[in-house]
Amino acid sequence: MTRPPFSPARFWAMVVKEFIQMRRDRLTLGMMLGVPMMQLILFGFAINADPKHLPAAVLLADHGPQGRTLLYAMRNSGYFAFVRDVRSEGEGRELLARGDVQFLVNIPENFTRDLLRGDRPALLVEADATDPAATGNAIGALRVLAGGALQHDLRGPLAFLADAEEAGGVPAEPPKDPIDLRVHARYNPEGITPYNIVPGLMGVVLTATMVMITGIAITRERERGTMENLLSMPTRPLEVMVGKIIPYILVGYVQAGLILLAAWLLFGVPVAGNLLLLAGAALIFIAANLAMGITFSTVAKNQMQAMQMSFFFFLPSLMLSGFMFPFRGMPAWAQAIGELFPLTHFLRIVRGILLKGNGLDDVLLQLWQIALFAAVALTVGLMRYRQTLD
Amino acid sequence: MAERSGAADGLAIDVRGMTKRFGPITAVDRIDLQVRAGEICGFLGPNGSGKTTFIRMLCGLLRPDAGRGTCLGHDVITESGAIKRQVGYMTQRFSFYEDLSIAENLDFVARMYAVPDRRRAVRESLEQLGLAHRQRQLAGQLSGGWKQRLALAACMIHAPRLLLLDEPTAGVDPNARREFWEEIHRLAGRGLTVLIATHYMDEAERCHRLAYIASGRLLTHGTVPEVIAKARLTTWLVSGPDLVGLAGQLRVRPGVQQIVAFGSRLRVSGDDAEQLEQAIAPFRAGRHDWQRVEPGIEDIFIHLTEAAGSGPS
Repeated sequence: MTRPPFSPARFWAMVVKEFIQMRRDRLTLGMMLGVPMMQLILFGFAINADPKHLPAAVLLADHGPQGRTLLYAMRNSGYFAFVRDVRSEGEGRELLARGDVQFLVNIPENFTRDLLRGDRPALLVEADATDPAATGNAIGALRVLAGGALQHDLRGPLAFLADAEEAGGVPAEPPKDPIDLRVHARYNPEGITPYNIVPGLMGVVLTATMVMITGIAITRERERGTMENLLSMPTRPLEVMVGKIIPYILVGYVQAGLILLAAWLLFGVPVAGNLLLLAGAALIFIAANLAMGITFSTVAKNQMQAMQMSFFFFLPSLMLSGFMFPFRGMPAWAQAIGELFPLTHFLRIVRGILLKGNGLDDVLLQLWQIALFAAVALTVGLMRYRQTLD
Repeated sequence: MAERSGAADGLAIDVRGMTKRFGPITAVDRIDLQVRAGEICGFLGPNGSGKTTFIRMLCGLLRPDAGRGTCLGHDVITESGAIKRQVGYMTQRFSFYEDLSIAENLDFVARMYAVPDRRRAVRESLEQLGLAHRQRQLAGQLSGGWKQRLALAACMIHAPRLLLLDEPTAGVDPNARREFWEEIHRLAGRGLTVLIATHYMDEAERCHRLAYIASGRLLTHGTVPEVIAKARLTTWLVSGPDLVGLAGQLRVRPGVQQIVAFGSRLRVSGDDAEQLEQAIAPFRAGRHDWQRVEPGIEDIFIHLTEAAGSGPS
C-alpha cells in the first residue's frame, strides 16, 4: 500500500513537461545556445592578452639614419604602429592623454651625433600605462630590441659602439647598450593593476545592475497585471519611461560613489581629474544603460527574458570594452563592436579622468557617443512601448 | 463641443459596429451598444465571449478594427486620452500595486489623474472605504473582498463620469457582493453611468439594462422585462421522480429546445409554445407535476447562447 519512492511514470511526466516548456520559451532556448557560442567566439578570437600594433606617435627631432633604423626595428617587432608624427612633446602628450596613441617615441636632437660619439643618446618612450597589461609586452620587447637594432648599423669602425669588448678594451663594467632607453610609464608608473581595474569596475557594475534593473521594470508591470491599469490612466510613454529611469539614476550614483570611495581608500587609486566631470559623465552613462534596460523591457515578454537580454548585453560589454582584456589587443571587427557599447567609452572616460587627469575636452568625444547610444536606445524603447494592449 | 452633444442625447456610451479581431479569431463582432447616462448596464456573457475586449476598446486599451462611436461624448477612436481622464476602469484581475500600501496606491492614482487637493481626496476615499486605520497595510495583504473595494475606491478617486467594471465580483463572497452592489446603486443614484461585466445571473437582475453577448456577438439587450418579452420563450417547471430519465425522453421531442436541471426540478423551455405543449402532453398525465412559469433571465440566456450556436465554455 505504500507509495513507491520513485515512480518512473511520474519522473517521465516531469521530463516531458520540462521539454515542452523549454521548447515554448524560444528566447531562453536561444540564450542557452547563444551564450556559449558568444563566449566561444569572444574568448577564442577576440581576446588577445598580447596586444600588438599599438598606435604610437613619433617626435623625430634628429634625421640621422640610426634613428630611422630604430623606428623600423620597433615597427618590425609588431608591437608598434607609428600612426602620427608630432612636432612637439606637448602635442604628443595630448594624443597620449586622449588615448589616441599608446606610446610617444621621442628621438631627440643630435641623436645620431651623440650615438657616433659614444655618448649613449637617450631614446625617450612615454607609454600610456593606465592598463599595464596593454603596454607591458611592448615595453619588454622594446628593451630587447633597443640593444640589437643598431648592431647592423654599427659595424666596422663603429663596431666599438655596439660592443665594448670587441673594441679591444677591457670592460670595467658590463657592456652597455649604445643608447640610453628611457621608458616613462605615464599615469600608472608602478604598473599597479588595480589602478586600471578599480575605476573600470565602476562602469562594469553600473552596466550590470542598471540594465537589469530597468530591464525588468516594464515586464514586471505586465506580468503582475498592473500595466493594464497604468495604460487605462491618462499616461504618456515618456512619463512612464523617464519616471522609471530617474530613481535608478540615484541608485547608480550611490553605486558609483561607493566604488570611488573604495578605490580611493582601499586601493589608493589616484584622483588626478575633476570629480564633478566624472559625475556628469556617469550621469550620461547611467542613463544610457537604463534606457537600454527599458528598451529590453518593452521587447521581453516576461522578467526572465528581460534578465536574459541584459545578460546578453552585459557579456560582450564586459569582454569587448577593454575592461578584462586590452582593447587594442582585439581584432578590428571586435574593436568595431566594442565601440558600440557605452561601457567601452565610459572606461576610457573614467580612467582618463582619474588616472590621466583628463578634462572635458579630452572626454567629449567619448561622451557624445554614450549620449548617442542613450538617445537611440530610448527612441527604440519609445517606439516599442505600446499605449494599448494590442 | 463633443461633450455637450453626448450629454444632449443623454447617452454615456453610444457605439456601433465595434469589432476586434485577434488573428483569425473575431473576439468582438459588430457590437452596437447604447447606455444612458446614470444607468447601470449589465454586460453579460459566458467566459471568453468578448466582454473584456469590448470594455478595453471603450477605454482606449485596445484599438477596434472596425466601428465608431462616442463614450461620454468623445470619439472612442481619436479621443481616448479625453475618455481615459473621465472613466474609471476596474480590471478583472486586481491591478494595483501589491507592494504599495493602500494609501500609497490611492495617492499614486490621484497623482496620475492630477486630482485637485489630492491629500484630501485620498483621505476621504480612505474614510469612505473604512480603511483609514489600515491605510499603511500593503495592498497585497488584503483579502479578495477588500482588494475589490480598494480597486473600486481607486477607480473613483478622480470622480469619473463612467465606471467600467470588468467582473468586479468574481471570487467575492455573497455578503461583500451585496455591499458592492449597494455601493454601485448609490453611485448611479448620483448620476454615474456604470457598465458592469458579470456572469452572475442574479446580478443581471440588479441592472437597469442588460446586454448579453456570446462569441463576440450581441444577442439581446434591453431592460429585464424587455429581454424576457423579446425572447418569446415558454418555460415549464417539472418536479417528480426520475427526472434524469424524463429529461432523456423529452430531449428528443420536437419543440423541446432546452432542459435545465435546477435541484429537484427541471426547467423545460422552447420558443414555440404550441409545439412545446404538444411535446410534453404525453408526459403531463404521468407521475410528474407540471407548471407553466415565467421564464427567468437565465433560461433566456441559455436559450440565446444555444440558438447562436455556441454553448457557454
